[in-house]
Order: sequence, then structure tokens, then C-alpha cells
Amino acid sequence: MIQIKDLHKSYQMGSNSLHVLKGINFDVKEGELVSIMGSSGSGKSTLLNVLGMLDEADEGSYILDGVPIRNLNEKVAARYRNKFLGFIFQSFNLINYKSALDNVALPLYYQGMKRHERIEKAEYYLEKVGLAEWSHHLPNELSGGQKQRVAIARALASEPKVLLADEPTGALDSVTSYEVMDLIQGINDEGKTILIVTHEPDIAQMTKRIVNLKDGIIIDDSPVKQIRAKVHV
Amino acid sequence: MFNIERWQEIFQTLSKNKLRTVLTGISVASGIFIFIVLLGFSSGVQNGVKAQFAGDATNKISVRTRVTTKQYKGLNPNRRIQLKNEDFENISNIYGDYLEYKSGGYSNWGAQLVYKKQSGNFSVRGVHPDFQFIENAIISEGRFVNQGDIEDSRKVIVVSNKAKTELFKGKNPIGEMVSIYGINFKVVGVYADPGGEREESQVYIPISSAQIAFNGADNLRDMSFTVAMSDDFDEAVELSKNLIASIDNDIKTKYTIAPNDRAAVRIDNTLEKAQKIYSLSNIIEAVFWFVGIGTIIAGIVSVGNIMIIIVKERTKEIGIRKALGAEPLSIIFMILQESIFVTMFSGLFGLIMGLGLLEFIGPTIENEFIKYPQVDFNTALITVFILVAAGTLAGFIPAYRAAKIKPIVALRDE
Repeated sequence: MIQIKDLHKSYQMGSNSLHVLKGINFDVKEGELVSIMGSSGSGKSTLLNVLGMLDEADEGSYILDGVPIRNLNEKVAARYRNKFLGFIFQSFNLINYKSALDNVALPLYYQGMKRHERIEKAEYYLEKVGLAEWSHHLPNELSGGQKQRVAIARALASEPKVLLADEPTGALDSVTSYEVMDLIQGINDEGKTILIVTHEPDIAQMTKRIVNLKDGIIIDDSPVKQIRAKVHV
Repeated sequence: MFNIERWQEIFQTLSKNKLRTVLTGISVASGIFIFIVLLGFSSGVQNGVKAQFAGDATNKISVRTRVTTKQYKGLNPNRRIQLKNEDFENISNIYGDYLEYKSGGYSNWGAQLVYKKQSGNFSVRGVHPDFQFIENAIISEGRFVNQGDIEDSRKVIVVSNKAKTELFKGKNPIGEMVSIYGINFKVVGVYADPGGEREESQVYIPISSAQIAFNGADNLRDMSFTVAMSDDFDEAVELSKNLIASIDNDIKTKYTIAPNDRAAVRIDNTLEKAQKIYSLSNIIEAVFWFVGIGTIIAGIVSVGNIMIIIVKERTKEIGIRKALGAEPLSIIFMILQESIFVTMFSGLFGLIMGLGLLEFIGPTIENEFIKYPQVDFNTALITVFILVAAGTLAGFIPAYRAAKIKPIVALRDE
């Protein structure tokens, strides 16, 4: 699903160049649930941004579902993001004046889907994350866990190839975190490929594979025995 | 641009940000409103000024003589200067090329007109045929005094609408006889004067008949001329000034009047007066336009300002939208369409309010110098479109900036 070869990325900080990714090689197969770990400054968020086409690598190749991602203009990048990727953010990033339902339906709007179809589909995914009754509430009427569920429903709505989650539980207490992880595991069980950036070892243990980043290179990449979040709930 | 989906998005955005929408709307609507009201009053001032001069040809020169006030070449002051027919003929001959209409005048200011049992006081004025055009008299029935009347000293009279109402009780007076000091005159015409009732208190008879009827010999009370207008207003003013100086000089030379005796010969020129007031009204109009355009610019700048704030405020939202697959063009359209919609809607609202105010208040204004304040609807509509275009331009820079926002920057957690 994802093939990355010799990926480099540097940032220009004034006169200094900060070399953040120093040659990343890594593949993700369909249906995997991978966590990317590392301390802050290890380059894990940068890697996720490159994977999410929010940022472009300086060197190396990135192939997503057989499509080489290279020299994208903004328009094509937008189309690919919409088609291939679903994002889950630490701070949810819901649009605060839109109801939960409209938030979920938004990526479908950019796919050019008709309104009644998008609403139907958005309702289906809200139900899937257990928030059917909350569909007409605004984000600020929801708890943190509920907001993240809406965000997950939104990420799923466009039926992407890969879900990218950046610290999805970073703003949540541990009970809610496990609930969200339970949901993510359930989605993975249905075959969705999911990448999670996290610095919490217990969250990482709930994935199937842990990739450890340090100073811009992968120091460890090994499968783990998955702990089901249900155990904690 | 015109798909219903996008409109739904926009209405949702606008209704969820009521304060912002209302503020933008007010700034645009009040700009247009003030502009329209100013334009209306400027046209009202123009109309008022024009109405002031509607009574007479605006390029009129009138010549009158009184008594001398200064001793000159051994002649005592207090001599009465009397204009004669030959003065009128001389001036007409010498300056004929520059003069459009020419008429001598011999008036009796308080004559009683009698028709059967009705009578009324009118000023009876002996005139030449040209006087019709000098006074802007509009013939509504019959004819004005003609050259034949003067040559044969016919006892004919042209009465005003006012006289028609008062003496003839509105029935057709043509062919009827009225008597002045026991002399019968035949009514040959009725005139109306756009200057109104005051100017309709005159009735006209041929100048030769007036001189006979009022024992005037070949005396003239006054002379009136109009200066042929050129396209250049200033040139016309210059020409009429020169004519006045020459005529003044001719009369003073002939009657041996001190050149600096300003009371003995009085020459009035309406063109100069008109020029002063026209230029004043032009200044007023220019000031109104200046203020109006300034107001609109302020409106546009505030739209641009608010759009910049909107983009700033929505940076994160735009980032989210882009992460979810919004193309840059769709972001530009989203911001632009919103700003165009708001400016258009509130611009039209301000326009209607302004036009409504003029419509409502206009007729109630009773001032000689402001008449029918109104704005040509096309001008107003063009203004709105200019405003919308400018609003679009003002909105475009922020919109373009919004489209350039990198989602990674917008989504960074603070």
C-alpha cells in the first residue's frame, strides 16, 4: 500500500539547515495497523505530513497504492488527499460552526457528491462510530472523545485507502483514549490500513507493528503482539 | 459558480457568522446609501439652480438709463438721460453680429386693463418681436407681436395666462378687445412664462403703439439683448463683458456722461450672474462626488479589511478543508462568492434605502435652490456594480492568500 525509499527532508531554519528525515525506508501492506513512535524532534510528525501529502520530501520516492507521489501541484495533491487519505488529528480539527453530520459530510462535498447522498453516507459513518443521536450537535456540544469519533467518521467517510492519525489520543484521558483505540482497532479489523503517530507506549502496544524513529532514521521496526483496547475498557 | 451546493455552503457560513456578516453589510449599505443621497441632493441643487434661470434667457443684457450723478465737461449732474429709438437701431447695427435677439422697451407699469366688466392691473410693455425669446415667453394661443404690428403701429395686445384667467375667466380671448386708458387693443395672443406668476403680470403691445398710447414719442425706457451663445461658457462671458463695455462707452459718449458715472447707465448681465451660481453649483456637485466616492472607498476598504480578518479567522478551517481535499480554486471561490454576495446584497439594500429616502423626502423639500433631488436609476445600478467589482477586487487578495495557506501550517497545534 505504501512504499517509501530513502526519504530525506530538511527544513531551512534561518541560516541553518535542519535535516529532519535522513533516509527513511519503509513499507506498509494493506490492512496493517502501524504505530510510529519517537521522542519529539525524532521526525515522526514530519514523516506523517509527507505521507499525508501535506508536505513534500526533498529526496526519495513515495508510492501510494501504486501511484507515485511526486511533484504534485496543489490541485492534484488536494484530489489525492481526498481520494486516498483520511486524517485524524490530535486536536480533532472539526469545523466548529458545522454540525457533526456536516463535518462528516465535508470531504464528500469536495468529491462532488450530491447533498442527499452525502448526508446518507455521513449518517452511516456517524452511526458506525456510535454518534447517530448526536448528528445535529455542534462540536462544542460534544466531549473530547465524541469529537474524535466525529473526526474518525469524517476520515472514513471518503472511503480512503489509508487512515493517518497524528496523536489521536493526545488530547484525551486514558479511558477515552482506549475507547477511541477500540474504535480504531475495529476499523482495522475490517481491513483498513491505519498509521498512528504516538509517543505513548500503551497506545503503540495496541497496534500490530511499531516503527521507532530517532533523529530522523528508523532504529527499530518490529511487529508486536496486539493488545486489544477492549481489555482496558 | 452557480451551483446550489456552493450557495448552501455560503448561506450556512453566513448564518453561522451573523455579526461579521451584518457588520460587512452595514459598512457597504451605508456607503451606498450616503453616496445615493449625496448624488440626489447634488442633482437637486442643479435642478434648483436651473429653475432659477428658467424665466429668462441666461445670456441677457439689459440697458437702462437714469440721471447723471457726476459733473462732466461743464454739464451739471442730475440730468435725465433718455434713450431714443435711434440708440436701439445704432446698437443693433453696430453689434448685430454678436447679438442674437434685440428689443427696445417702453413700459407702463400700472395700467388698468378692462374687458367688459372685468378689470385688472398689469404692466403694459411695448416691445419688439424678439422680446418673446429674450423673456422665454411661450405662446400658448395666437401669436406674439410681429414686425408688421410695429410698422403699422397696430393696436394689438398679447396677454398672459394670468390675464386670461383673471379677465376672460379662462375662455379664449383671441379677437376680444380690451381697453387701456380708453384705447381699445385687440388680443392676438396668449403667452405663458416658465418663470411663473410674477413674470406673467406683464402684457405686451408693439413698441410703436406703446410710444403713441403713452405719449412716449421716440423714447425708450430700456433695451434688452441676448448675446449669441458659444459652446464655451467662459468665452460667452468674455464676449458679453466686452459688448457691455462697448455699449456703455457708446451711450456715454453720445450723451456726454462721465465715463465713471455708474448710475447714469445701468447695464445688467444675467450671464455673469448665471456663471457665478453655475460654478457654485458645480463646486457643490464636485464636493458631493468627492465625499460620495470617499464614502464608497471607505466601504470597499472595510470590505477588504473584513475579508482579511475572515481569512485570518478561518485559516484553520481553510487548512482543514484543504486537508480534506478542497482545491485552491474552490477556496478562492468560497471566499470571493461570499464577499460578492454580501456586497451585492447590502449594496442593493443601501441603494433602495437611498432611493426610497429621496423619493419620500424629495417632494417635501421646499427650498428655491433644491428641486426634485433624484438619482438616475442606471447611475445608481452602475454604482452598485462598480462597488461589487471593487469588493471582489478587495476580496480577491485575501482569497488568493487563503488559497495559498499550507494545510500543514494551518493545522499546526499552537
